Amino acid sequence: MKELIKELTEAYGPSGREDSVRDTLKCMVEPYADEIDVDKMGNLIVRKEGPGKKIMVAAHMDELGLMVTFIDENGFLRFSNIGGISPYILLGERVVFHNGVKGTIGCEKLDNIKDLKLSKMYIDIGFSDKKEAEGKVKIGDVAVYQRSFSDLGGRILAKALDDRVGCAVLVQTLKELEKPANDIYFVFTVQEEVGVRGARTSAYKINPDLGLAVDVTRTGDTPESETMAVSLGKGPTVKVKDTLIITHPKVKKLMVDTAEKNNISYQLEVLERGGTDSGAIHLTREGVPSGVMSIPCRYIHTPSEMVDFGDVQEGVKLLKNILHKKVT
Amino acid sequence: MEVKQFLQKISTSSGVSGAEDEVAEIISSEFAKYSHKVCRDSLGNVLALKKGYEQAEKPLKVMIAAHMDEIGLMVSKIEEGGFLRVSPIGGIDPRSLLNQEVTVHGRRDFSGVIGAKSPHILEPEEIEKGIKIDKLYIDLGFNEDKVKENVAVGDMITIKREFINLANDWVAGKALDDRAGVAVVLKFMQELQKIKHLADVYAVATVQEEVGVRGALVSAFGVAPQIGIAVDVTHGDMPGVAAYKTSEIGKGTVITTGPNFHPLIYKKLGEIAEEYGIPCQKDTASGPTGTDARALQISREGIATGLVSIPLRYMHTSVETLSFSDIKSSARLLAHFVASLQGDFVEELIICY
Amino acid sequence: MLLRELSEAFGVSGGEGEVRRIIRQAVEPLVDEVSTDVLGNLIVFKKGSKSGPRIMLTAHMDEVGLIVAGFENNGLIRFSKVGGIDDRVLVSKVVQIGDKKVPGVIGAKAIHLQRPEERKKSLKVEELYIDIGAKSKEEAEKLVKLGDYIAFYTKYEEIEGGLAKGKAFDNRVGCALVIEALKKEYPYPLYGVFTVQEEVGMRGAGVAAYKIKPDLAIVLEGTTAADVIELKEEGYVTTLGKGPAFTVMDASVIADLKIVNFLIKMAEENQMPYQFRRFTGGGTDAGRISLTREGVRAAVVSVPCRYIHNPANILNLEDVKNTLKLIELFLVDLPEGGLS
Repeated sequence: MKELIKELTEAYGPSGREDSVRDTLKCMVEPYADEIDVDKMGNLIVRKEGPGKKIMVAAHMDELGLMVTFIDENGFLRFSNIGGISPYILLGERVVFHNGVKGTIGCEKLDNIKDLKLSKMYIDIGFSDKKEAEGKVKIGDVAVYQRSFSDLGGRILAKALDDRVGCAVLVQTLKELEKPANDIYFVFTVQEEVGVRGARTSAYKINPDLGLAVDVTRTGDTPESETMAVSLGKGPTVKVKDTLIITHPKVKKLMVDTAEKNNISYQLEVLERGGTDSGAIHLTREGVPSGVMSIPCRYIHTPSEMVDFGDVQEGVKLLKNILHKKVT
Repeated sequence: MEVKQFLQKISTSSGVSGAEDEVAEIISSEFAKYSHKVCRDSLGNVLALKKGYEQAEKPLKVMIAAHMDEIGLMVSKIEEGGFLRVSPIGGIDPRSLLNQEVTVHGRRDFSGVIGAKSPHILEPEEIEKGIKIDKLYIDLGFNEDKVKENVAVGDMITIKREFINLANDWVAGKALDDRAGVAVVLKFMQELQKIKHLADVYAVATVQEEVGVRGALVSAFGVAPQIGIAVDVTHGDMPGVAAYKTSEIGKGTVITTGPNFHPLIYKKLGEIAEEYGIPCQKDTASGPTGTDARALQISREGIATGLVSIPLRYMHTSVETLSFSDIKSSARLLAHFVASLQGDFVEELIICY
Repeated sequence: MLLRELSEAFGVSGGEGEVRRIIRQAVEPLVDEVSTDVLGNLIVFKKGSKSGPRIMLTAHMDEVGLIVAGFENNGLIRFSKVGGIDDRVLVSKVVQIGDKKVPGVIGAKAIHLQRPEERKKSLKVEELYIDIGAKSKEEAEKLVKLGDYIAFYTKYEEIEGGLAKGKAFDNRVGCALVIEALKKEYPYPLYGVFTVQEEVGMRGAGVAAYKIKPDLAIVLEGTTAADVIELKEEGYVTTLGKGPAFTVMDASVIADLKIVNFLIKMAEENQMPYQFRRFTGGGTDAGRISLTREGVRAAVVSVPCRYIHNPANILNLEDVKNTLKLIELFLVDLPEGGLS
């Protein structure tokens, strides 16, 4: 499964430009799917037919990006963010565009580092003038962090674990799912980072009876961290609340009971700031009871996110067991 | 049940956004006495239907919504020593929480107190600054092991406050935002027993308004009414706030105009108030309001929306204060409004443009 | 083009009546069906000869403005803002109130009566009043009502060099463009949708799209051009005179790439100027439309306008002409079955 995560995290796919990673996912899931569809927004919907209720399981394909808004006479690129990126994370970072063009991020001189903002920064792709640069990138092109996957043994370090690790969990679960007790729709969504958009329209189309998102969440186990009761290595989480959802008590119970019955380690999660695809799914049409399983992750939205591989494996186990149970 | 008794019962019961079961039970059983059918939907909204006198093929549906959830807290972490860190649910002012008594809903209900330093050991600068929520903690009086056996991350916490009867038929308590609205809806349904109405009435006690009008969003989609009236509270007059921004307590129900509301609904509410001599005040809102009305208006192909409010002081604290007479006025206005609804009025709502 | 009439018309979010009337009168002879919905959106339909794709061409009718919120005993009026307005532009402007367009001025303490520290701070809405010349609260209440909408008063004028000055170019220019586009015939079913309440949260568009169920939507807008002194070129957003601006991404939507690429193709094949909206902030009706039901492919094409959301905007009429020409080409040359 580490290979799977490696391939997915190294793929290119910022919000709104997910084609590449979607094609990769499509190849991975094709042999196991009963139906595959790509909808108008670009969501990849994979159905594993079964009797009974419809369950929608979602993980988002998109990652953060930087969109070029201006190319100056000297070939420097001004940009804006796609998704939540702190300017401090970008200083000195390497980025790469869809066509392979690479660059680094610089910034204007500042009197006080506290004044740093994205409008004072630029991408340097190494060309000396506007014409040369325009041959390689256009306004509207999007760059992502350029980082390779690192296997640290028990833990993994990579860009875009948010939410490629979620996608990997879905793919692995799909592979290991024998006879589903429910009608399951695995949805690899688009544009989560800019407002859970793909989940909204795909949930409307599918109209599920139960919704589950698989995403990452932050931890409280690093030096002087913000208060958070989640740690790496203690298992996937059952989310209770975040900015966009208060988990339906029945779904929370289903997840907790399944974990306990099958001896799967889990943690309860309360996230102060942040939301997932379930935020959109649960408010679709007349409402859909929904929940979230999160993989604990340090340094979210930076180029070096870290998860515990054990948590990922327990996550697959938990998801499989939930989907094997008939939902009433 | 008498409406004031009902209000007392629901004000003191527990129903933080996302965990409304306890208060929903009480509301369901009361609403059931005045309706043909009561049920709960997938998010937990209580929907009570009282059919109109004529059953047309495409009935005129009006939805009256008041939210039953209250702001509260959730356990976010269990610290060393058994103290609980909390996360806010809804817009809670942390400054109103210092040394507040609470109920923690763990394996059972436990009483707790939000800790606060005694003045003897406070630094002068601390007294100046408002407290932030991540510095608050709850003391249950148990040791860490006992806490961990009985309380978990994610458990809900309700503010504890008795219902208080003040002078002039005014009352104070917690969660009057918007349990007062729910009481209005009950009284409205009682009034409706005596009046003939054409429209099918859906009285909905919504969930999760305080965290983003979520209950209204899904229940409006499910009911798909032509007209939707939200019943909520609005700011009562007080020193330090310009008079034009507030309404007077005890001077009647408040109807609001602005982009969030259909002009003919606002007009009709005003006309009904005048016709029946119901004390009524007027207010404006320059954009989408902080009530269920903002979700109602843009559901599906749109709903003609209105708002009826009860003036209330000290909103989002545990001592919200209002005049019971304003609850009565609001209910009467709604009852006569609903009774006046005919098919041609509904057509007017679309062609008036 | 009806730009003058539309710009001077009164239509604050929630009170778009006059604008809707003018547009309705202009489009009635051009289309097969006309209707309004419960929010006040004006929806018109041209059948076309083919069955699809179903296209929604849309612009919002409303402008930012104010609303009467209260009366002082001395007859001065208190107000709130409807939509996003910088408080600092309000003082000393002329306004019109309600259906009767009662004139008023926005006043505040004269500088002679202010202390030096006061003069340094910008004035907030709570410190401003509208004076309609009433001597008492009772008199004021006879002339205007609580809840009456208030619009800036600005005369439309054309400026030498092919420019125009007026209020509410965001988004009366969009409305004018939709009206003009409806004058031609196109192969596909076309909905011209004039939406309400975009400025207070894109409230009308989603409701209209839910009803119409379009396959594809083009939103026409008037957007920020900040190509002025005190700002560097990378902060211009759009530039006057450089043609219609295509949105790649704003706060509410990531424009459908296929639509944007087709627009670029149309512009280049016909040697027409175009630019990109070089900013990712600000939302439009496209945000709501694109997330309706199972999703709608959407894009935004804007006319650059300086000083939007203020009483006096400036645009380049050549940009307006080019935007119209481009939209007409798009609607005629769109391949059957859409752009999938």
